[in-house]
Amino acid sequence: MSECKTIDARDTFCPGPLMELITYMKQASVGDTLELLSTDQGTASDVPEWVNKVGHEMVSSEKIGEVWHLKVRKTK
Amino acid sequence: MSQDFHIVCISGTREKLQMAAMFASVAAATGEQVSVFFSMNALPYFVKDNAVEAPVEGEFGALMAQEPGVPPFKQLFKQAAELGDAKLLPCSMALDLLKISEEALDPELGPATGLTRFLNDAEGGQLLTF
Repeated sequence: MSECKTIDARDTFCPGPLMELITYMKQASVGDTLELLSTDQGTASDVPEWVNKVGHEMVSSEKIGEVWHLKVRKTK
Repeated sequence: MSQDFHIVCISGTREKLQMAAMFASVAAATGEQVSVFFSMNALPYFVKDNAVEAPVEGEFGALMAQEPGVPPFKQLFKQAAELGDAKLLPCSMALDLLKISEEALDPELGPATGLTRFLNDAEGGQLLTF
């Protein structure tokens, strides 16, 4: 059964949030969705780049207040 | 298609080590082949239990030093090795001059590498120097 996990990387700077996401992606199972919370503007554009390059799926990207919510599904 | 990145770290200043660590961690975690060669003033920070902080070079380094949300360069290099199989190579000449063995370094560093070997491995790839 796939899970949805939230990773709170608020108040850390590039490439901290991306590396946090990648750490959890390694441990996740295929089909799991990870939601990364970040206040770093660069991360909001870097995460989709990374997802595209390595071939996972960008589920959504939304800014709520000052916080980016980036959802990524592990596909392989 | 993955590329080869070969990073040479010689400076001991915070800004240069940070930028090199950012390159190494992001490239390695994105599936690129990364090797980092540590020599000169950059190597002593990777001696086990060396708690000395890298001095800042300018205003930006001072800003980073004050900000707890900036990931430390040693953590980023470690993540490069653990998440992306980056090779963190101590310069054998620098080890000789420091009179220390490879075992005295953090466990993610090794093996001790000479310049000839590093240059041979770096052939055809991109070389970045900090």
